[in-house]
Amino acid sequence: MGLRNFFDRIEPHFVKGGRYEKLFPVYEMVESFIYTPKTVTTAAPHARSYVDMKRIMTYVVIATIPCILVGLYNVGFQVNSAIAVHGASGWRAFIIEALGIGFDPANPFANFVHGALYFLPIYITTLVVGGIWEVIFATVRGHEVNEGFLVTSMLYALILPPSAPLWQVALGISFGVVIGKEVFGGTGKNFLNPALTGRAFLYFAYPAQMSGDTIWTPVDGFSGATALSIGASDGYQQLAAHGVTWMDAFLGFIQGSIGETSTLACLIGLAFLLLTKIANWRLVVGCLIGMIGFSSLLNLIGSDSNPMFAMPWYWHLVVGGYAFGLAFMVTEPVSASHTNLGRYIYGALIGFMVVMIRVINPAFPEGMMLAILFGNVFAPLIDYFVVQANIKRRAKRNA
Amino acid sequence: MAQTKRSMLIDPLVDNNPITLQVLGICSALAVTSSLQVSFVMAIAVTFVTAFSSMFISMLRNHIPGAIRIIVQMVIIASLVILVDQVLKAYAYEISKTLSVFVGLIITNCIVMGRAEAFAMKNPPVASFIDGIGNGLGYGLILMLVGFIRELFGSGSLFGLTVLPTINNGGWYLPNGMLLLPPSAFFIIGLLIWAFRTWKPEQVEEREYKIQTVEAH
Repeated sequence: MGLRNFFDRIEPHFVKGGRYEKLFPVYEMVESFIYTPKTVTTAAPHARSYVDMKRIMTYVVIATIPCILVGLYNVGFQVNSAIAVHGASGWRAFIIEALGIGFDPANPFANFVHGALYFLPIYITTLVVGGIWEVIFATVRGHEVNEGFLVTSMLYALILPPSAPLWQVALGISFGVVIGKEVFGGTGKNFLNPALTGRAFLYFAYPAQMSGDTIWTPVDGFSGATALSIGASDGYQQLAAHGVTWMDAFLGFIQGSIGETSTLACLIGLAFLLLTKIANWRLVVGCLIGMIGFSSLLNLIGSDSNPMFAMPWYWHLVVGGYAFGLAFMVTEPVSASHTNLGRYIYGALIGFMVVMIRVINPAFPEGMMLAILFGNVFAPLIDYFVVQANIKRRAKRNA
Repeated sequence: MAQTKRSMLIDPLVDNNPITLQVLGICSALAVTSSLQVSFVMAIAVTFVTAFSSMFISMLRNHIPGAIRIIVQMVIIASLVILVDQVLKAYAYEISKTLSVFVGLIITNCIVMGRAEAFAMKNPPVASFIDGIGNGLGYGLILMLVGFIRELFGSGSLFGLTVLPTINNGGWYLPNGMLLLPPSAFFIIGLLIWAFRTWKPEQVEEREYKIQTVEAH
């Protein structure tokens, strides 16, 4: 227990009256990250549970591991495949050549390394810049930095395109952490998902770097549309002609943001979250019902000019960010509805909106980000009406 | 008179700013601030209308029946707005086109009506005139600040002159497209209110509720 002794020895410097009392949040962050937080409730009611906030946040990070792995592989695979045609350049190619790994898309290890060289800079930038903001606010406002930030930064890094410039990554996470979370009081008080807030900021501020055909595989001269934009322009039946089968999309070997291409990996993460009861299944059911119901309705209505009307629900599930959003963002407990009935409604609203934006709004090919933010805004209102309805029902019964 | 003429002019700039403290006139502040030049013209137009409408209403204040005072105020404000609109169309047609409907909507700007109701109906003409100028300048100050940030980072220029050469024109600056969209003004005004209230803590409102902490028994 050398580490514990070390913490105990340096703790007096950080508590009130110590030499570094201003830096207490930093000390607390490191200590509670490694050990169970020491703070307990001092007054009733006491609820005992193994699932505290630290564990919730750590589990969500664990649940993203399949997405990270497939994401690393897929980014490397797409880049290496493109390099075979367009040639390699840049510092990443230099490192890989120096290590003698090569650019063979058939070699999984080479793919992983190349993917990591894209993912790690983005992720480290996110951690450093977002972490600085967290510590500033924690120091000034006197609250703790907790593991919630690890979740935000991981989700944020996974929903960016691999080619995202690092200064934009830094700007986006700053906006997400400050405007999406800290101005409302920090973790647990954010009504918007901070990762999506940052992503949405970048999407509107720098559309050229956040959407289009050339950003998903960062190789000069390469252009590859996402499955959604192919579906929007040519119809989903043509996806196979562009080399995207349903199985490709399900497993995640398609163009897209780093971590969101693989529906399978997202579903594994979702299963883990449901099993550990961190994600509420009602949110998931609601979101699936909304998406399946509305897309089936649009299938029935049909359209001559808009091929997206014909896209069936099992395609909506595997393309774009739907699965990732469903697994990690719709289920986020803070920004979702808190009543059980409200959770169904909240989920269904997002499921409905995502199909609505994808199919009917021609300006945005992908709608998951906007649909979830839209749902976030409505969540308190849904809760309000559910609670009011319950009060009215009980008042009538007891009248 | 409790207020000196000086404080009537200075107070609305920071201490009693119509946008950041009273949160009035937000609509036009969102719509017209994408470039500094347009913000400037709008600020002058609103200052002009507020000052003169306050003055004329104050002159007539003892003759306006209470029941129809809003209608009388509207007539005066509307006449002044039409005057501004015609002048802009005659001498600054391009800017008038950019401002489009927002010149006409000065009529509905809460600042103009608010000063007429709250100040001009109870005070003599000269004081009302100065109060109008002060509030117009307070509105204009925020408009110019927002316009400065939005034009500088959204298009890389100030008053139409290039400051940060953009990539499209062969420079290095990649403009932030969101700052050209009206919602960005929400964030900027919000951050400005935050900055103002950190600077002047007396502007912070009372909490509506307090978070209770329970002592251990």
